[in-house]
Order: sequence, then structure tokens, then C-alpha cells
Amino acid sequence: MRLELIPRSDVSSLQRTLAPLWAILIALLMGGLIVAFLGRSPLAAFKVYFLEPLTDPWALQELAVKATPLIIIATGLVYCFRANLWNIGAEGQLIVGAIFGSIVPLATVGMESTPWVLPVALLLGALGGALYGSIPAFLRVRFGVSEILVSLMLVYVAELTLDYLVRGPWRDPKGFNFPTTPNFESFALLPNLASEGRLHAGIIIALLCAAVTWFVLNRTLFGFGIRVAGEAPRAARFSGFNANRMTIAAFMISGGLAGLAGIVEVTGQIGQLKPAISGGLGFTAIIVAYLGRLHPVGIVFGAFVIALTVYGGEAAQITLKLPLDLTRTFQGILLFCVLAADALTTYKLRIVRGLHA
Amino acid sequence: MIGFWESILLTVITAATPLLIAALGELIVEKSGVLNLGVEGMMAVGASTGFAVATLTDSSSIGVLAGIAAGMALSLIFALVTLGFAANQVAAGLALTILGLGLAGLIGAKFVGTSRIAIPPIHIPGLSDLPGIGKLVFGQSPFFYLSVVLAVGVAWFLRRTRAGLSLRSIGENHASAHALGLKVLRTRLLAILFGGACAGLAGAYLSLVYTPFWSPGMTAGRGWIALALVVFASWLPLRVFLGAYLFGAATILQMHAQAASMGLPSQALSAFPYIATIVALVLISMRRVGATPAPGSLGTAFVPPR
Amino acid sequence: MAEVEGANAPLCVLDGIVKRFGDLTANDHISLSLRAGEIHALLGENGAGKSTLVKILDGLLAPDEGRILWQGRPITLASPEDAATLGIGMVFQHFSLFDNLTVAENIAVAMPAGVGLRVLNKRIMELGERYGLALDPKREVWTLSAGERQRIEIVRALLREPKLLILDEPTSVLTPQEADTLFATLEELARQGCALLYISHKLEEVTRLCDRATILRGGRVVAMCNPREETPQKIASLMVGTAIPPLHDRDNRPADVRLSLRRLNAAPADLHGIALKDVSLDVRGGEILGLAGVAGNGQSELFEILSGERAAPQRGMVLIDGEECGLDGIDTRRRKGAAFLPEERNGHAAVGALSLPNNVVLSRHATSDIAPRNVIAFDRARALSDAIIAKFDVRTPSPLAEAGKLSGGNLQKFVVGREIIGNPRVLVIDNPTWGVDAGAAVLIRQALIDLAAAGTAVLMISQDLDEIFAIADRIAVIHHGAVTAPRNVRTVAREEIGLMMTGGQGASHAA
Repeated sequence: MRLELIPRSDVSSLQRTLAPLWAILIALLMGGLIVAFLGRSPLAAFKVYFLEPLTDPWALQELAVKATPLIIIATGLVYCFRANLWNIGAEGQLIVGAIFGSIVPLATVGMESTPWVLPVALLLGALGGALYGSIPAFLRVRFGVSEILVSLMLVYVAELTLDYLVRGPWRDPKGFNFPTTPNFESFALLPNLASEGRLHAGIIIALLCAAVTWFVLNRTLFGFGIRVAGEAPRAARFSGFNANRMTIAAFMISGGLAGLAGIVEVTGQIGQLKPAISGGLGFTAIIVAYLGRLHPVGIVFGAFVIALTVYGGEAAQITLKLPLDLTRTFQGILLFCVLAADALTTYKLRIVRGLHA
Repeated sequence: MIGFWESILLTVITAATPLLIAALGELIVEKSGVLNLGVEGMMAVGASTGFAVATLTDSSSIGVLAGIAAGMALSLIFALVTLGFAANQVAAGLALTILGLGLAGLIGAKFVGTSRIAIPPIHIPGLSDLPGIGKLVFGQSPFFYLSVVLAVGVAWFLRRTRAGLSLRSIGENHASAHALGLKVLRTRLLAILFGGACAGLAGAYLSLVYTPFWSPGMTAGRGWIALALVVFASWLPLRVFLGAYLFGAATILQMHAQAASMGLPSQALSAFPYIATIVALVLISMRRVGATPAPGSLGTAFVPPR
Repeated sequence: MAEVEGANAPLCVLDGIVKRFGDLTANDHISLSLRAGEIHALLGENGAGKSTLVKILDGLLAPDEGRILWQGRPITLASPEDAATLGIGMVFQHFSLFDNLTVAENIAVAMPAGVGLRVLNKRIMELGERYGLALDPKREVWTLSAGERQRIEIVRALLREPKLLILDEPTSVLTPQEADTLFATLEELARQGCALLYISHKLEEVTRLCDRATILRGGRVVAMCNPREETPQKIASLMVGTAIPPLHDRDNRPADVRLSLRRLNAAPADLHGIALKDVSLDVRGGEILGLAGVAGNGQSELFEILSGERAAPQRGMVLIDGEECGLDGIDTRRRKGAAFLPEERNGHAAVGALSLPNNVVLSRHATSDIAPRNVIAFDRARALSDAIIAKFDVRTPSPLAEAGKLSGGNLQKFVVGREIIGNPRVLVIDNPTWGVDAGAAVLIRQALIDLAAAGTAVLMISQDLDEIFAIADRIAVIHHGAVTAPRNVRTVAREEIGLMMTGGQGASHAA
């Protein structure tokens, strides 16, 4: 028995929009099987994972907080992925952004309120991520080195750099030897949006990023060039776009947004640097980008779905003693399902019995 | 009494063996025109499954077999999505990494903190006791011999056999290969499964020989380094062998430097393998300007016209 | 149908073959029979269904209806391997070769298992001597010329001792002299009893080589005839279905030089590329200069440097309207009044996944009002796109259809129209009618003639000598990256041009 793919002559936009929903449904069924295999009730898990967060206002805020960095990183990744460039090192760019962005807030610890610290921190964060993101782009353009491997290797380097900083030169001298920096002053933190709960202004930045990205990709010549470069590199050259410059630009935007997400995380909800500030957001955002079909609006929805799995996973760990790795497993399954569902919008699937038709 | 250099060489071999096995598997996959970035995930599942099964059955050999099977099972999912559904291979490889690391955690959760006796090296009375090279050549872990056989076997397969020629042709140009009647998808399926088996085996080696215990994150990027080795070696099996040993040596150097505490922060030394990989990739790319020995169809999906 | 087993019994019979792709019926109840020792022509326009039929016969596609009889017995061909085992061999139009493998490996991979490489090398040499198909088994394919590559295809097919050999447009990449050698080989094969199915749209070849022809149009058999007994006009009208309007000629009043190359030397961009050697050319307003040559002799490299997709080594090597612009990008050159159209429609001149208006943005954003301040005005792109569709008779499922949904001929009309609707002063066009139907080809050629008549300098790179002789004023030849001095098409002999294409007499540079 084998599968045969037959190209569809027409793909409706409805089908394209619905494909990720089908993927989520299939992934939920598979996830349920794994939960059952772990000896828990899939229904109870479903309730904890997906229903309780949606009925609790406090949890809704928490979802937005978790979705914030995912939206920012994933919109950045779209620039690369649409151009057929594989930046899988957003995690590293996020960390470097957090480090760069923290320079000024750390230098102003203990000082009087200074309003420019926060904007400068955000800008430096984006700059740090952009510079770090330009490394794999430069090596690809100049030497033809695989950007996949370089961007990934740089994640480990960034993690170790952060580890060094918070255990070494940037460690809080009054911190009882804990590997953390001092807490930022309140003027260096993103303001909270609700008097109760943790919702901070980062979500506004995230939605702004998505909106701007929508405009850039759909209305500007640059966005057009990104798309053409991804579809047909020779046509992009014919169209007057310089492939090298596009590669570096896409990576710097992508890295810059990842860096911005890093400093938004730090100034929005952590308030200091510590050895682990991300927990794989840069990788999770890849799933978000695909779940959102590389479209800024889709990404906002995708980010909330993934935030739900993360939040639900934490709740399930407490109430059902389900391991956190279940969330990661589920996300992996979900990405597979999204990719398969994508294929089914462009192809019809026919199952053929026997080896030959 | 083992001499200083001998002990260093032994540790180099220990560090290089899993990289070599995993990279050889990926080499075959890429030669068939498929880029499977999920090596890290398959290795992690191989490590945790291998350790879990070895503990439950109290048999390291069954554990190794289970590790191989787990790697293959995972690669089968990848094959289904990339071959059956013609999905993007890079994205599917990342999905495999994420899924593999998650599954490895689920499988290994109950075994964190336990350890087993490592699979012992082979001892051949007489030969292994020879002074100097005796233990180095004749007293290694069975995995070492397996990895050497694998390297020679893969080189022979690709260069000298008819099936190897088919595999290379399919990787070079899948449309032409299909037009000539070669079985593109079937060959790629087998290649992917072989890659999964190798990654699973490399993982089982880590948890049953190298450490020997299971802990989350123990693969520590080795799967990615194996991927880099394939590029570094310009898709040549014997150069993968060389690369794995260079890399193993670099790792051991870093460990000794760390022990000697040369004033550098420990993080800088830990970052060394990753930076070395990037530098190696740059150097190898500088040497062949313009030309690329990468298989022509690498990373592109094939849908047979029917 | 009283034919019994015997000398004249058909070797292979196709009976009522039907193949559909979605709504398109590529083969509509096609029947034909092939006898041992005959060279049977399969004629038809692009899109008539020839390639589909051949792929069915080679086991690459499965027919939806109909049956295939082989030596009188019905057979099912599930794969090319099945076809090869029966004795059906295939020489593809787009070679099915592996660039980075050696000649011997390329051949071995198509052989049944168990043939050692050493034995194979010997047989390749033997076969080469017997049919004049010399090949070095150890060379890597990317180092070989198109003619040599085709030899690999033929040797590969012959080594399996085929009873039926199918050749799909085999001369499209050959020089006239190489084609002669090929014909001699084919006639020798036929004498030895091999049946040949010869696919072409070139009538001269067919009249010379074949004694039976089947003509396809729109997926159906419209006629079977002896091509030597019919006039070329009759066959052409059978292929096309309607009479093709003749081209209207024009007065040729060349004006100032608009496009110049001055001693252009350029190293190849990649390892498999061709270096350009000391190329000098002048193209005047009002003329069409045809650049002939076998594919792979530096045409695409020359196009890249002319268009600015790749910069020339020095500013003064390329001049548009007398202005040095060798280092300018393609957009700057477009703003100077030049337009360019590369050979490859899909993925270079157009993007299949983009809509027609977006494909207008692709090459016109710098030379129209559709992207003011780098923001795309889609309504304007749409308006320009609609104008092109109307003016150049582009048949499209919808004005917003993706370019990939158009037929080759219609997409080519669209992209040609996109470049010339703005009346450029200079046009560089590479193989303007490659793989398009006769109707579209006439429309495009007429448009080029009219454009030149209006004063534009047209440089037309083409592998089709007939095309150059039909519409160009002067002809130059590119061979191994060097370009010969242009000659007047009305006074030069075709044989002379053919010789230059192989690097023979007159090929030395004489600027």
C-alpha cells in the first residue's frame, strides 16, 4: 500500500484557513492517546489543558503574557521562512537581545527615575538580536555556509554567554550567590496593563509588530521581494532584488524581533537576567509561525493556541502530575500535523493498494 | 597502568564514536536527497529508550536494539510526512527534533537518577594486553568496532555497489532517476530508516556506554554536530570518520583544559565545540569556492507525476 | 485488421489511449502502430499530447483508458523498468542525466543489476565505435557538451538492445552537423530492424528521415500520412489546425547604436559556467540582431551581464544608448530604457505562484507607476496587466490567475507583452518562442518585428535558426563564450552558420 499525491487544480482560501484547525484536531487526538498511555484520563487532561484556562480571566491574561514573545518572534521568522531562509536560531537571538537590552537597565539600577531607559533598552535589545542574526546571514552570503547549522550552533553560544554573565560579572553582589543580576528599577520595566494580573504592555508591542509585518509583506516592494526570493531566486534577481542584501535584511529583521522579544520578556515579566530566561521560546515560535501559515494574523491566533498548551501544561503538571515533556511532545506532533495538513491543501491524497496502480 | 596519551586517545574514541555513527546515518539520508534535521531528536529517543529498556530487561543488548528501533520509529514519522505528504523537510526535521526531545523526556522520566554498569570493552586475551597499542586497537567497546565497520561499509556501499549508485543518482536528480525507473520514494524511505537506526544507536551508546545513565538534555547538540560533520566532510564517508575524530579530539581538549583551569571561564570552553563547528564549516566552504558537492536534489520534495 | 504474425506485423500497437490531467484531456483516444525497421514520426505542436503519449509508452504515466499491445499481446507498463525489459528505450528531450556522476555511472544506473562497471566500459567503447558515438566513460557529465550528453542517452538506450527506440525532439540542442551524424545513426538502427518513434515539430527532419507520420492536435490523431508525399504547408496546417498568417515584413532603416558590448571578458559565475571571451557587439535602433548558438555556449551568462542581473567586470563594457552602465543593476538599466526577457518562463521571467498583476510588478516596478515610494499600488498593476492581456491576446482563466495556470504560449505572450508594452528603446530577449505553440510564436515574432520597426534595438538570442532567419536582420554566433562578427541574414549561408556553431570556420572573432 502506498500514498499517492495528486495536485489540486484549485485551492480555496477557506481550505487554506481550515487546514491548521484540522491539524489541531488530529494532534489533540494523538495527544489524548499519549495521555491515556501515561495512565491518565485524556478527558481530564483536555479539561485542564484547554478548557480551564479559557474560562478563567486571570488565566486569559496569563495566556496573553505567554503569547507575547511568541507573536514577536514568529512574525520575525516569517521574513526568513517566506524567503526560504532557515533561521532556527531565534532562541539565541532572543538571549542576545535580552543581554544587550539589559545593559542600560542594569547600569541604572539604584538611580532616579529616567524615562528614556525603557525605550533605549528595547532598541538595544532589537539591535543585539539583529546583529546576532546577521552572523549566519553573513556567513551564508560570504562563504555559502548553511545558515541552518550556524544559527543553531549560535544558540548554544548565546546560552553559555548569558550563563557566564549572570554567574560572573553581572551577578548581583547582594544576591546570596544566586546566579541572577540585580532587579531592574521599575522605570526600566514595561508597564502593567491591568491592576491585577501580569498582563504587560508587551502584548501591544507584539500586535504592533504583527500589524507592521502584515503591511510590509503585503504592500511593500520589500515584502514582495521576500516572497519572490522564496518562490524563485532567479526571478528575484530578474526583478532587481539583490539576493545577498535580502538574506541579510531578512535575518536582521528576524533576529531583531527575536531580540526584542527577549528584552520584552525581561522587562515585562522577569525583571532581571538569570541563566534561563526563555525555555525554548525561540523554537516554539517556529511552530507558531507554521501554525499561522506564515501570515501575521494567523500567527497571532497560533501564538494563543501554543500559549494555551504551555499554560495548560503547567497546570496539568500541578493538578494531574503530567510531565512538562508532554507539552513539548504535543507541540512536535502538532507541527507534524500542520505540515501534513498543508500538503493536503495543495494535493489530494489517494491511497493505492499494491505497489503499482 | 595506562599512559597519559593512551588515556587521552581512549577518551577521544569514546567521544567520537556516537558522532561518527549518527553522521554516517545522516550521510546516507542526505545522499538520497533528503535532509533530516531531526538527528538530535532521534538520538535523544534512542538514548532514553535504550536506557529504559536496558533497565527494565536488565539487558544492555536488548536496550541497544530498542534504541535502534526507537530511532527508526521516529524516522518513520518523518518519512511519512516528507515522502508521503511531500512536506517541507527542514520544518519536518525541526518537528522531529521537538517531538523527539519531548518523547525522550516522557520515556526517560522514571529513570532519571539511576545508572547502569556501562557495556564493557571487548577483551581479547593476548592481543588486548599487548603493550602500547594493545588496548587501543583490540580492547575497545564493541561500538567502536561497529562504527569503523559502518564507515568502511558506507563508503563501500556508495562507491562500489549498484544500490549505492542508485541512491546517489536519486539524490543527485530525482526527476531523472524517476524517469529511468528508479524507485525514488522507496529508496528514500529506506535511507531515512537507516539514518534513524544510526541516530538511535548513537543515542543508545550515549546512555549505555558513554555516561552510562539517562538525563534530559544529555545529547547536548551532538545530533546537530553530526549534521555539521556531514557538510564538513563534503558528503564523503571516510572524511566523516576523520571529522568525527577531529571533533572528538577537540571536545576532549576542552575537557582537559577545563580540568587544568587555564583562567578562561568554563562557559567559554563549553562553547568551544559549537564555535569550532562554525569555524570548520566556514573553512571548508572557503576551500571550494562556488562548487558544491551537495547532492543536487537535497532537501527538495519529490512527487511522482502519475 | 487482418494482419497476422509475420514480417509486417506491428511490433507495438497503441489502441484508444486516453489520459486526462484534471479537466485537460492530453490524449484523447490515440491509436497508432509501429513496425520493426521503420522510423515513424510523431508530429504535433507543443501541447498536442506527444510527450504524454511517449511517457505512457515508457511506463512513466499510466493511461486512463485504452490498451497497449506488444508483439500482439496486451501489456501493462507500470514503470520505465518494465518498458526497458520489454525492449522499449527512450531518449529524453530534457536529458535524464546526473551532472556530477561519470558517463559510465550514468549508464550503469539504467542497466539491469549485475553488469559490472568494467564490462560496461568496454561495451560503451564498442558501441561508440560501431555507431560513431564516441564517449569517455570516466568523464563527469557536467563537463560535456549537449551533443555528447545526448550520446550518453542514446548509448544508454542502445546498450539495452531495444526493439523500439523513442526519441523526443532529439535535435533541439544539436548543431546541423551533429544532427546529420544522429540521422546516420538512426538510419543504421532502422536497417538493423529497430523500430523508431521520432518526435519532432521540424518538418524538414521528418521528411528526410521518416516514411510514416502520425499527426496529433489537441490530444487527438488528426492524420496519418507519408510525409514525403505531402507538402510541408499541408502538414503544417494539419498540425496547427488553421493556416498560420505570414509575418509582415518591414522597412529596415537602422538608426543609431542603442546597445553595445565593448571587449566584454567575464569569468563564469560558477564552476559549471562558461567564460565570456572578448565579446563586442553593436545593436542599432530599428534592427533585430539574432544571436545563434547551441545551448550552453554562454548565452545565459551573456544575458545576465547584458541585463545587469550580474555586473560586468568594468563599467565601460556595456553601453545603453551610449551610456556606460556595466556596473549598474537591472533596475537602473531598465530606467535607461532597456527591457529584458530571459529564456526560462517559470521561475525566472515569471513566478508561477504569483498572480498576473504581481508578475507585472516583478519586472516593471522600476519603470511604471505601480510602486511609488516602494509601496505597491495593486490597482495600477492590475490595470497594466489587463492592458497586456487585451493587447497580446492572452487567454487566461481569470485576470487574477496565477501565472502557473496559463499555458506556455499564453504565459509567453504575457511576459513578452509586459516587456514591450512600455516601448523600450532596447530589448534583449532570450529564446522568445521556445516551447510555445505556432499561433503564439507568430504573434510574438510579429510583435518583435513591429517593435523594431518603431525604432527599438532588439537583440534576440535564439537556438532556433529558422526563427533567426525569419525575423532577424543580422546574425552572429556564440560559441564557447566568443561571439562572431554579425552577418547579413540575406547573404549568409545556413551551412556557414552551422559550422560557426560548432566552432569551425569563421568562428574566430573578427570585430
